[in-house]
Amino acid sequence: MSSSDPILELRDLRTHFPMERGLLFKQLTGTVKAVDGVSLSLARGEVLGLVGESGCGKSTLARTIMGLAPATSGSVWLEGVNITAAPATGEARRALQMVFQDPFASLNPRLSVGEALAEPLRVHRLRPAAEIPARVAELAALVGIPARSLGKYPHEFSGGQRQRIAIARALALEPRIIVADEPVSALDVSIQAQILNLLAKLVRELGLSLVFIAHDLSVVKHLSDRVAVMYLGRIVELGSAADVIERPQHPYTRALVSAVPRPDPDGERARQRIVLAGDPPSPLNPPSGCPFHPRCAYALDSCKTTVPPLAPYAGREVACLRVAEIS
Amino acid sequence: MHLLDVSELHTRFHTRSGVFRAVTNVSFSLERGETLGLVGESGSGKSVTCASLLRLLPSPPARIEGNYARFDGVDLLRASDAELRAIRGKRIGMIFQDPMTSLNPYMRISEQLIEPLLIHEKISRRDALARALAMLESVGINDAARRLHSYPHEFSGGMRQRVMIAMALIARPELLIADEPTTALDVTVQAQILELIKKLQRELGMAVIFISHDLGVVSGLCDRVMVMYAGRIVETADVRSLFKSPQHPYTRALQRSIPALQAKGTELYTLPGLPPDLSKPIAGCSFAERCEFATAACRTGESPAVLASAPAHAHACLRAHAGEILTANEH
Ligand SMILES: Nc1ncnc2c1ncn2[C@@H]1O[C@H](COP(=O)(O)OP(=O)(O)OP(=O)(O)O)[C@@H](O)[C@H]1O
Ligand SMILES: Nc1ncnc2c1ncn2[C@@H]1O[C@H](COP(=O)(O)OP(=O)(O)O)[C@@H](O)[C@H]1O
Ligand code: SF4
Ligand code: SF4
Ligand SMILES: [Mg+2]
Ligand SMILES: [Mg+2]
Repeated sequence: MSSSDPILELRDLRTHFPMERGLLFKQLTGTVKAVDGVSLSLARGEVLGLVGESGCGKSTLARTIMGLAPATSGSVWLEGVNITAAPATGEARRALQMVFQDPFASLNPRLSVGEALAEPLRVHRLRPAAEIPARVAELAALVGIPARSLGKYPHEFSGGQRQRIAIARALALEPRIIVADEPVSALDVSIQAQILNLLAKLVRELGLSLVFIAHDLSVVKHLSDRVAVMYLGRIVELGSAADVIERPQHPYTRALVSAVPRPDPDGERARQRIVLAGDPPSPLNPPSGCPFHPRCAYALDSCKTTVPPLAPYAGREVACLRVAEIS
Repeated sequence: MHLLDVSELHTRFHTRSGVFRAVTNVSFSLERGETLGLVGESGSGKSVTCASLLRLLPSPPARIEGNYARFDGVDLLRASDAELRAIRGKRIGMIFQDPMTSLNPYMRISEQLIEPLLIHEKISRRDALARALAMLESVGINDAARRLHSYPHEFSGGMRQRVMIAMALIARPELLIADEPTTALDVTVQAQILELIKKLQRELGMAVIFISHDLGVVSGLCDRVMVMYAGRIVETADVRSLFKSPQHPYTRALQRSIPALQAKGTELYTLPGLPPDLSKPIAGCSFAERCEFATAACRTGESPAVLASAPAHAHACLRAHAGEILTANEH
């Protein structure tokens, strides 16, 4: 394997959830296609941002990568090895660690921070017992938690500090990839900045790859090399952060970008906004053809029957039948 | 006369672990038709300020004091319960942070919408229902006639938030208080709601107090912005000067910490430390512990007063008033 091979690869990944009714005699009433045919690759040291509306499947995709949700079909490859069926906490996935939105829920309230950081080192026998305290101190320093705080418990820390502890715990396993699901969404802007700086530093200094899920496009653009835009379980646009966020091509990405309020009073007042009608459709009952067609201003009859493939266009990939006519 | 005129509002919570000063010495006024943004990090006192004006806080533990909070001449802090009821929901509409806690899950949307009309106006049930339907349509609920009689749980989060807006606006209030009405929503739904509030504001000429922690949302919607920190107003200005020449170090720090205002990939400014414990007395400026410009003088005596630094611009930083801190544009 060469170093230019992707560190992580998703091939036509699908995660479907059966919807059942009845307690004794289960009756299948439908299928939620939370992830529906996603192919992506992540390079070493790359930050890939994943954006899209609530319910579009971002967390499910992350959980499927981590083995926390079973893939219905398709495969996940880590450094050239197919790990699709490997257990979530096993050795095969150790290079892959996850950070969640709510750091409080992901930390055990009864473990002090020092214990929380030592535990994975012991369980995975990453260090001899004698070296554990030094490694714990090193991890704490890496995320900016003072060594004197190691005896404290999660509730004694602020939200931003708890998120840093959760990141340190993920780092304890010496991952090469971190999947972060909305790691700053629950934090105040001034605290958000600490976590964003920390993640950027880890990518830079440890050479980590990062899958970064967020709904704030300016945050995603700040950190990401490439951005993938998801809509109803599929990737609709994929390209460099600057291309996708500054010069979006897919009608959905255009609407998404134009909806983001910018902290610029004159710019905001002058701006023409594309306001989408209606809510995102339910993945239980997705539209035929292009999943975006019921909300798309450019939809034609052909959009109702043909599923647009993700195809190269203007230096990125776009899944829209009419993209060349629109731009 | 101002539509709303608040003078020296203080709200304290008397709890077992001490007296918690959630809001301290807040004064401001609002004209008819004006939109005022209220920003600051979580816990800075934005929601408590607005809930205090409407006397919506449980007392005890809350204790509200102040010179006055006059709404069209009526002092809300001293009005009788009957006077308050006549104002709340009729002349002042409210949208809260979490729609599910403020909608009654057991009542049809239609009943909840017409309730304020039946209470406050001489109107028949039939006419009230017609207005409810028109209101639901104007907040962008598709198929409103069929949905009118649904229960809240049958609606998505974005639709519920639109119902909340419809409820707040159906009585055509003169003032709308919106507490983070779009924080829990997707940006595409947020854009719909913000456009709707702007449109209705133009049509009804109402004033709005818009609470948000998102500087982007505030910049597009508000005429004037008030920044809160640790229960106090630290800066207030018209929206353009607040963004172009923020004066208070806290406001400047907020702007330097958001990616949208910084070049891609640059290190974002981070505030050291945490907001102060509001159950302990604070000497001098409450921002001093985290302020890169703090001197010994900042940590003594009274908290710095909010003073004008330019027309329509006031702030509470001693050193910026003394001309000792350059603004971003002057660097
Ligand atoms: N275990 C499950 N069983 C059934 N449906 C599920 C399950 N997990 C997720 N879903 C559905 O799959 C879809 C995608 O959910 P997911 O949590 O991945 O969205 P998301 O993009 O992360 O949204 P958000 O931005 O709100 O976090 C949703 O419709 C959700 O309700
Ligand atoms: N009922 C209450 N009892 C005690 N403290 C409260 C109560 N309600 C709010 N507070 C405190 O008052 C402060 C200001 O709260 P709030 O106005 O809700 O902040 P914001 O809306 O700016 O996030 C917070 O520290 C909060 O914990
Ligand atoms: S394929 Fe058709 S409906 Fe889908 S985004 Fe393109 S134009 Fe719109
Ligand atoms: S008064 Fe002093 S401590 Fe307070 S903001 Fe100004 S410089 Fe900073
Ligand atoms: Mg999610
Ligand atoms: Mg609040």
